[in-house]
Amino acid sequence: MFFTYLWRELRRRARQAIFIAIGLALGIGLVITVTAAAAGVKNAQASVLHSLYGVGTDITVTKAPTTSSTAGGGFGFSFKQGVGTSARPKAGSAINDNTLASDFTLSSITAADVTTISKLDNVAAAAGGLTLTDRTVTGTVPSFNTGSSGSGGGGFGGSGSGSGSTGGGFTGGGTSSFKTNSFVVSGVDLANGELGPLSTGTIGSGQTFTSADATKDVALVDSSYATTNKLKVGSTIDIGNSKAAATKFTVVGIVTEPAGDDTTNVYIPLAVAQSLSGLKNDVNTIYVAATSGSDITSVANAITKSVSGATITDQDTLASQVTGSISSASSLANNLGKWLAIAVLIAAFLLASLLTMSAVSRRIREFGTLKALGWKSRRVVGQVMGESIAIGIVGGAIGVGLGFLGAAAVGHFAHPLTASLGSTTASATPGGARAFTGGGGFGGGAGGTTGGGPTGGGFTGGFTHAAANAVPTVTEHLTAPVTLEAVLAAVILAVLGGLIAGSFGGWRAARLRPAAALSKVA
Amino acid sequence: MYKLTDVKKDYPKGRQTVHALRGVDLEIADGEWMAIQGPTGHGKSTLLQIIGGLDRATSGSVLLDGTDLTSLGEGSMTKMRASTIGFIFQTFNLIPTLTAQENVETALVPLGVSGASRKARAAEALASVGLADRARHLPSELSGGQQQRTAIARALVKEPKVLLADEPTGNLDEDTRDEIIALLEKLWRDKGLSMVMVTHDSAVARRAQRLGTMRNGKLTVKQKV
Repeated sequence: MFFTYLWRELRRRARQAIFIAIGLALGIGLVITVTAAAAGVKNAQASVLHSLYGVGTDITVTKAPTTSSTAGGGFGFSFKQGVGTSARPKAGSAINDNTLASDFTLSSITAADVTTISKLDNVAAAAGGLTLTDRTVTGTVPSFNTGSSGSGGGGFGGSGSGSGSTGGGFTGGGTSSFKTNSFVVSGVDLANGELGPLSTGTIGSGQTFTSADATKDVALVDSSYATTNKLKVGSTIDIGNSKAAATKFTVVGIVTEPAGDDTTNVYIPLAVAQSLSGLKNDVNTIYVAATSGSDITSVANAITKSVSGATITDQDTLASQVTGSISSASSLANNLGKWLAIAVLIAAFLLASLLTMSAVSRRIREFGTLKALGWKSRRVVGQVMGESIAIGIVGGAIGVGLGFLGAAAVGHFAHPLTASLGSTTASATPGGARAFTGGGGFGGGAGGTTGGGPTGGGFTGGFTHAAANAVPTVTEHLTAPVTLEAVLAAVILAVLGGLIAGSFGGWRAARLRPAAALSKVA
Repeated sequence: MYKLTDVKKDYPKGRQTVHALRGVDLEIADGEWMAIQGPTGHGKSTLLQIIGGLDRATSGSVLLDGTDLTSLGEGSMTKMRASTIGFIFQTFNLIPTLTAQENVETALVPLGVSGASRKARAAEALASVGLADRARHLPSELSGGQQQRTAIARALVKEPKVLLADEPTGNLDEDTRDEIIALLEKLWRDKGLSMVMVTHDSAVARRAQRLGTMRNGKLTVKQKV
């Protein structure tokens, strides 16, 4: 009788039932879509952070350089030939300098600090890493204008503004005949492969490092870099050293990093990187894994006390620095989206309740008759609630469908999200996020009569690096995954909506006195 | 069967009080058919509702087979209505979404009768009122007389001790009225139940054994000769 009566009644007021169900469906669909979008943004953020931070790494430790620090910093190339007595480069000399040097925004950290950190409480593992830049300068030294006097100066001006008469400078000016090339090299601790920049990569071809490779001239190359430079397993790649000479490395594997991790181009064993860069036993980044997420703060505090001058970065710090549309999307999903979904859901519940009460009011005679026949109030209330819950379940089913559609639409039509890490000196991100700014300028010599040519000088301060590499921007395509939890939550919301609406109606029905109900008979 | 002693019923109406019943005394014997007449608004339906346990008297006692209905809790009163009292209404009051058979079954639901037994008894009750071939029809598909017969079947399917009818022929034409009253009379005799009927219709009232008249909340009873 219960289900027969329920079904017949819903069929009788099908239009109203569908209206209520659609209202609930819209609210529930919006909740699912917003939840999915928020989950998608969260996944995108995690992906961004993982690609910048490395899976398994909870904290990175770096040190900002002091003003007297000689670590890293600019590089120079030296002319290998002098001219006359002032060691000026001979016109026509070939330049081919390949230098491997540390980032001047990161100071060196000793191996002892790595050991100290690894022994701290709640530290599961600690691994050192070196982020270096390999620069190659090739070209031919043009002829010099010796000028009669002058204070030197002049310059290696692209516009050729060195004035010969006042000394110094290259005649002809014009554009430099030098070519430069650079790429990022990361020295990886092979004993702790689960930490550091290589931990997020997957080997596409070849193989990863083995413990036997610790001192070998072997390299893993990032897949994008390999494609651009036509490198494959078995290819060789020149990597410089602190003396501007190149060493040939054999490519043993091509690694693909998650989207956005475009800073490191080549990975080599840490010991080899240390040797080539002249930073024996030193690193410039330490990757730390805590024993559990709840220990991260205490570990960070302990590191600060143990390693002087350390800059600690954890996921929360990085997350707070992430800017770009991913932050906006996160804010939108978590704030506006969430409250909008709640508002729509409350409106749907209220509407369902009001309409249910209205329907009960129209059935006063019917319920009065049933009570006169001996139906208990709770049976009458149960009938009303059953009808409301049935409408809620239908609304929930439609709402889940709408939620899936909404989530699919978000994933399909959403613009790719960008995330940029706010620039900080001694940034913890392995590799990039550092701005290379240099003086530029080919310092003129002091000599007057001998001309202002350079005296073995070189480029000080390094290059002005492309702005794009100064602060890495990661692009992530937004997906909106609908989780089982979201679907279950939707079902619960639907039943809850039905219960709330049914409660209002049932309360109305329970208060009916049979005589009063029947006296309303016209 | 029934013994009413100084039954009063007052309703608040704004700042005033309406005295619907002003001290009614009445006795109804087992198997007796009593008709109550009177002008509209003088307390006929109120008296029926109190006898039927649909409402409570403000004061006085209402004994049904020795049980004082005024002292019963809501649950006990509901049980009493479910098992002992059958109702027939002027507007039939059938559930519009249920078929004739299902409407009759609604009277058996509170008694916990199983589905199969309910169906069987309902079918038998409908057959007893001549509606066996209309069991699957909705009320909207039945004539007024057929709807009232369905309501009679619903009232009697649980074999009550007393049948209370509030203007059972009020919405029917003359021919149908006679049919319904004849049916009620037959069932009353066959089942030996007590019947109290409120009616405007003197032709209907004349067929009862006793006639009462409600006027200004007071009942005057006349034994039929």
